[in-house]
Formats: sequence, C-alpha cells, structure tokens
Amino acid sequence: MSSEWEAVIGLEVHVQLSTRSKIFSGATTAYGAEPNTQVSFVDAALPGTLPVPNRGAIERAIEFGLAVGATVAERSVFARKNYFYPDLPKGYQISQYELPIVSGGSVKARLEDGREIEVALTRAHLEEDAGKSVHDAFHAASGVDLNRAGTPLLEVVSEPVMHSAAEAVAYMKALHRLVRWLGICDGNMQEGSFRCDANVSVRRPGAPLGTRNEIKNVNSFRFVEKAIDYEIERQIRALENGETIVQATRLYDAAANRTRTMRSKEDALDYRYFPDPDLPPLLLDASDLERARARLPELPDARRRRFIEQLGLPEYDADKLTEERAWSDYFESMLQVLPAQAKLCANWVLGELASALNADQIAIEDSRVDASALAALLARIADQTISGKIAKDVFAAMWAGEGTADAIIDARGLRQITDDGALAGAIEALIAQFPEQIAKYRAGDEKIFQFLIGQLMKATRGKANPAQLNQMLRSRL
Amino acid sequence: MSALRFADIAGWRAAAADQDPIAAARTMAEAAQPALNALITPAVVTGPHTATAGGALAGIPYAHKDLFCTAGLRTTAGSRMLDGFVPPYDATVSARLDQAGAVCIGKANMDEFAMGSSNENSAFGAVRNPWDLQRVPGGSSGGSAALVAAGIVPFATGSDTGGSVRQPAAFCGVTGFKPSYGRISRYGMIAFASSLDQAGVIARHARDCAEVLNCLAGFDPRDATSVERPAEDFVAACDRGVRGLRIGIARELYSAGIRSEIADCTRAALAELERAGALLVDIELPRLQLSVPAYYVIAPAEASSNLARYDGVRYGHRAEAARDLNDLYARSRSEGFGTEVKRRILVGTFVLSAGYYDAYYLRAQQVRRLIAEDFARAFAGVDVIAGPTTPDVAFRIGEKADDPLAMYAADINTVAVNLAGLPAISVPCGFVDGLPVGLQLIGPAWGEASLFAAAHGYQQISDWHFRTPQFGAGVPS
Repeated sequence: MSSEWEAVIGLEVHVQLSTRSKIFSGATTAYGAEPNTQVSFVDAALPGTLPVPNRGAIERAIEFGLAVGATVAERSVFARKNYFYPDLPKGYQISQYELPIVSGGSVKARLEDGREIEVALTRAHLEEDAGKSVHDAFHAASGVDLNRAGTPLLEVVSEPVMHSAAEAVAYMKALHRLVRWLGICDGNMQEGSFRCDANVSVRRPGAPLGTRNEIKNVNSFRFVEKAIDYEIERQIRALENGETIVQATRLYDAAANRTRTMRSKEDALDYRYFPDPDLPPLLLDASDLERARARLPELPDARRRRFIEQLGLPEYDADKLTEERAWSDYFESMLQVLPAQAKLCANWVLGELASALNADQIAIEDSRVDASALAALLARIADQTISGKIAKDVFAAMWAGEGTADAIIDARGLRQITDDGALAGAIEALIAQFPEQIAKYRAGDEKIFQFLIGQLMKATRGKANPAQLNQMLRSRL
Repeated sequence: MSALRFADIAGWRAAAADQDPIAAARTMAEAAQPALNALITPAVVTGPHTATAGGALAGIPYAHKDLFCTAGLRTTAGSRMLDGFVPPYDATVSARLDQAGAVCIGKANMDEFAMGSSNENSAFGAVRNPWDLQRVPGGSSGGSAALVAAGIVPFATGSDTGGSVRQPAAFCGVTGFKPSYGRISRYGMIAFASSLDQAGVIARHARDCAEVLNCLAGFDPRDATSVERPAEDFVAACDRGVRGLRIGIARELYSAGIRSEIADCTRAALAELERAGALLVDIELPRLQLSVPAYYVIAPAEASSNLARYDGVRYGHRAEAARDLNDLYARSRSEGFGTEVKRRILVGTFVLSAGYYDAYYLRAQQVRRLIAEDFARAFAGVDVIAGPTTPDVAFRIGEKADDPLAMYAADINTVAVNLAGLPAISVPCGFVDGLPVGLQLIGPAWGEASLFAAAHGYQQISDWHFRTPQFGAGVPS
C-alpha cells in the first residue's frame, strides 16, 4: 500500500444474543432445524400478531453496555426499518434507530505485534434478524426459511477509528472474546452468530474522511482481513487513477478475493424509520442496571492484569488464560487447590491439557480430566511425590480414565525415590558398572556426567528425584 | 321469531332459557343479508346454544367485526387481499368472548382494513343503513352497527382508530363504546394504525357495552401496549348516577362544520342531563382543529408499515405468473388493495420518507401531544366532555365516495379522542331528517367508569336508544 494514503475503517458487528427464544416471540432460536419449523405466528407476521420483547435479550444488551463502559439508556426506543424482501415477513425489521439501548464505550484490542488499540464504540442496539432466502433448492423458484427470522441481535457499531485490516481484525477478535466471555453470544461464526459489516474509506492523512464503501456480511476473521485489504487497495488504485469513489454497498467474494458492488448510493433504500407503535419505549431504571452489574463476571482485561500482577504469570500465559472464559475458569479452579502454584498450573493447562483437548477435539468444558483432578496431580509434583516427567505419564493414564492421580501413582508404584540409602545403593552399582566413564569424569570430562545421571534414572525407572540424585552423585565422585 | 328481537343482552338471556337465540339471530342475519349486506362470512355454529353453559355472556349471540382473527373462520378485514385467509389462531378478544360463552354468528362487514367512514370501502360491497337502505351505516364498523340497529344481535364488536365504532353507532342509532388505549388487547386484531387502534363494542345500551367490556378488559402478555390495571366493574359504574357529574362543553366540538340541527339535538340532551343533576361546564380544546390533519398523517404512516406484510409471499392474495419479485409485489398489492387503502399507503409512505419525516410525521406527533395536553387540562375540571359524535346524519351511498377530503373532515369530533388515547362513547340522542343523531361523551384516560355513569345515566332519562328502524319489520318472523 502506498504510504501516502490512510485507511479509515469502522465496523458494524452483528452479535447474536444467546437467548433460548426469539427477541419478539416464543419460538426457539436453536440452529440447524428443518426449514420453517421454528416459526411462530408472530415470526410469520400473520395478520394481527404483535411483538413482545424478550427480557433475556434486553438483559444481555445491558450487560454488554456495562462491560464496555458505555451509557445504558434509561429510555430506548424500538423503531421500524421498512423495506420489502421475502425473508422479511412484516415488511419491516424491528431495530433501534434514534435512541439505542447502548451508547459509547470502548473495546481494547491487542494486535499480533503486541501494539494495543482502544476502539471507541458509537452505539449498540437491539434488533431482530431476518429469515433466509434459499435460491438453489428449487427449480425456477426461491424458497424462504423463517427459522432465523426474529433471532435477537445486538448490532455493535464502532467509530471509524481503525486504520488497517489488522486493527479491524484485532478489534473484532477482542469483541468476539468479550461477548463469549460475558456469555451473551456463542460466537459461532460458521452459524452466523457473529458477523461483520465493514465501512472502509481512504484519505490523505489529515484530510477529511473519504467516501466510504460498506462491505456486507463477512463472517470470518480471515475474510474480514482480506476483504478490507482488497477494498483499501481498490480505493487507492482508483484514486491514484484520478477516479472518484462512489459510495456503495459491496459484497466480498471469498473465492475471487475481491469485493463487488451490491448497490450504489443512488439505489440506496429509504428505510422510513419510525418508532414502532407496537412497542412502548424500553424503560430501564437503576435497579435493572444494578442487577445486570451483579451478573457480570470479572472481565478479561481485569483478570489478565490480576494474573500478571498478583499471580506473577508472564504476559503470554495471562493472555492465553484470558482468551476464553472456560479456560480461565478452569485455571482459577485449580488455583483453589494449589494457590501457590500458579505458574505450574498455567504450564499444565496451556501444555498437557491443551494438547490432550486438541488431540481429542473436545472443549475444555468437556475435559476428561477436570480442574480439581488435574490440581491433585500437580500437588504430587509440588510435594515431590513424582517428577514432572512421571506426572505426564500419570496424566495420560488419568486422561484414559484409569482413575485419580494418587490411585495411578500407587498402582504403578511411581512414587519418587527420595530415600538416600536407596539412591546411594544405585550410585555404588553405577560406579561398579561404568568404571571407565567414572574415571573420565574424574579426569574432568563434565559432559559424561549427564550420561551417568541418565543411567541412574534408567536404573531407578525414572523415579529418582533428579535434583537429589545430581547432588548425591557429585558429592560421591 | 320476532319475540326474540329484544333490545338488550338481558332480554336475550331471558329468552335463551327456553329457546335457541343463536339460531334465531342466524336466521335473522341470513334474512337481512340481501338488504343490509352486513356480514362477510356467517359463522358455522354447531349444536343448540342455551344459557346452560357458564360464562357472563353464555348463549348470547354477537357479530364479530371481520378485523378480529377467529381460528378456523375466514377473516378478511374487508379486503380482497385476505379473501380466503383462515387464521390459525384466535384474537384475544375472540378468545375472551368465547370464554364468556358468547357465540359469534358471523364476521361483520367493514371498510377495508378499517379505513373509511361509510363502509363503502369494503371489497365485499357496501353495507346499508337499516334506517334508510339508501344510506351508509357509517364506518368502518358499519356491519356491526347495522346488525345491532336491526335487532339481529344484542351486541357486536368493532374497532375504533379514529371513530370507527362511535360514528357508525351514531349513524345507526345505537351505542358505540371505545375504551382507553391499552384497555383491551390488540392481539389478533388486524392492525390499521397501531398507536390509535382499540377494540370497541356496539350495543343498544351503554350498560351492555359495560357488560361486554367487563369480559374484554385486562392486560394481555401478548400485547406490549396493553396495560396492567386493577380490575373494575363497569356495569356497577353505570349505576353511579349523573348527579354532580361535571360535563365539559367545548366550543370547538361545535365548530362551523357541525350541522345546526345536530348541535341542537345534542344540546337538548345535555340540558336533560343538567336537569338530572349534572353540571355543565364550559371548557376549551384549543387545538382540536389540528386533530384531523395530524390524524391523517399518523394513521396512514403507521398503516403504510402495518400493511407491508401483505406482499403475496406467505398468505393472502398473490398475483398470478409474476415475472419477478417486484412484479409479484406490485401486482399482488395493486390487485389486493382497494383505492382508499392504496391512497393511505401512499400518503403514509410519503410522510415517513427521508426529507419529509420531520415536516409531517414528527410535526403530527408534536400536535398529537398538544391535543393530549388540551384534554388533560380540560379534565382537571370536568369528569366527561360532551358534544356531537358527527357533523351530520348518515349520508347517501355514493354521495361522498369521490371526495375523500370531505369524508376525512367529518371525523373532526372523533379522531382527537384516539390521538389522546381516551375512552369515549356515542349514545343516541335524537333524530334529524328521520335519521339518528349521536351524543359523544369523552372520558379521561382510564375514566371509563365516569363515562358509563354518564351514558347509562342519560339512557335512564331518554329512550332514543330503544327506537328501532322500520327495517326490522321486514325481517320475516
């Protein structure tokens, strides 16, 4: 990219709220059912039906607002966005327009190079999702699946404050982490639970904002990055060729890695927003906010800071352990048992546990070894009953369902040999078995020492305490 | 059969002890249909109905405005668009009447989507006024008013968005009641203008309206605009009497457009109330004149959005062999909607459009607030406000069909009530040119009790509501 240009990016992210039922009806929001099997009379917009707001969706929006330090409106208003489309049964979408439930706030994000940005939010508003048009299922006809119609969404709108695709993706990832952390969204991008529209413009640094193009409905981090990069390039190329940018809505074609115009400003729809007369203004008082605040978990940034400052974890570990709430909670549960062993716990969660989960492709919530069982194992390292190396074998046995750490250690006779007499005997046997090597060591060949230790570990089937063995062998020789 | 043509619910109830009033009402309705055209769809009623079943309205026949969804019974809203639409569910009003034991004998004719004041805007033909078959019964609840006036049913449901219960009641010489906004659930009542629509009742007697209201009033979790309030007995309120009742007389309800004979009729009625102990108090409603223009911005705006769901995609009229999506929309809606509905959709779409919203919709909403404030100020000193329901008596069919503005202007005394969300009732108070005249009584929000005290009190000292049209004689007995 030419350095004379500056990109300006703002994102609108549609966060699907994790309520069991829809935002204005009692139909279920479960994903993947047969078409049109999760459609109430309200969702189908039968004559005479009326929307009734879902408390759960409102509560989730409040929690989000509090978590990003935004203003949660005492009075917000549902509005109708009017347009015709077959997957929009009422002929309007219920959204919020002039008075959204959440205004302001910000989200901190860290880029891959370690740089931190804070992205200001314009607003977040509640709205309903549309259904889905199906164009390939029937000959010469399109189908409409209304299962998704009325699914609750929180549209989170950022200020146009990002300047590269990398920043946009870092922000989107931070937002994704936050909504999953809060438990207000399952974050499943394949199922469309977290989707993004990106507004992109370019300008000369310091100049007024350029004309923007909006890339609609991108549902993966990688595609967002590629789509924005492509769009920045495209606009710069156009401007450098003396063309002007035409405001338009664009679609990203992942296969071709390009964006193409969906409609230009001239074709822009007039949505004729007006307050929905079926829904009284949404009034919230201090007690609604207090209850939401009480439900809020410790937020990831605060927890990360605590891990570093109070537990002394390295930044890397703290980052990893605050990416997902379930991992973080698992780690915290272990600390209940082993409060003084934060680093040991972190190593094991991010090491052995992570690879075991990964190998079996299971989520930490479904781990075959739970936090207290793993902590019990690590307690045996801490009290020197077993070595770290042996612990890995015990963990594998636990993973295979062979029982608790202690039971496996006892059954397999894995207790570490810490008895000086037993180790001294092994050392005498070594001296008898490897006279040449002993002589070399005594002549100053330091390298041979590791060989001797290796032989001793072999002789004790790994159960010797390595530090003790080390010290005893040196003093004997 | 003529023995069953009782004036009130009590009479029907007494007869039901040993006869089948449902069969009688159905027979009369069928016989009257060629002359009145008051029903769109007769109900299939199974089995004999006697008052043996429980419920406050057990065994009482009624006509149901074809705006209320009835499970398994065609519901058209008077529109070709919904010709053949059979709802899979009951409106809350339908369900509550059912629970009370009342029996629907058919769906009453109405102006299409409740838009009109003459019942000429019905896709199923005009309804005729039983007092003069060449004249309109008023609208939009014209079928309901005609059936009650002809003595075929003791009560009928209506809906009132700008006078659609009160005006036809006045034209047909019966009593028409519209409650405070939020008193009766709108769930299942096909929407015209959501912030103005309320279900209402047409009966011969105010007391019967109160009795039906007792069954219909109350919060409904399926309508977010219905209001939770302590239960009230409106029948008991009827007997409070008019002594000491403060009745406000507003000069603005006697504007230049009100025919002097009509004004005289209502003044005579008020004088009688005064003799019965009521106090007449002069009040002002300075911004009443603005109510018609404000109403004809707000109601069409909401209607343009409410009627967007009739797109030919899921139910209702669908154009044959559409070339593409836009053709399907354009032709389904062009063919399905009548002229007046199209006019209001166009007006509503215009006033919500970008660049016009502030000047029309927003300004109309401001005017609406001012009108509500006028009423609130007036009600600080009076219990009810009285004046003519309509500027003139029922006009000839076709007389105003080409002059929508004249038709709208005649709503001058009724629409302000809806803009302010107030309860009101029209009671018969005399005749001009042999045609009935209505006295409108308006109450403060949630002041139905005072309203019924005044209306019933008046009906205790007058007999206009007992007068029946000559037409009744034509019904075979």
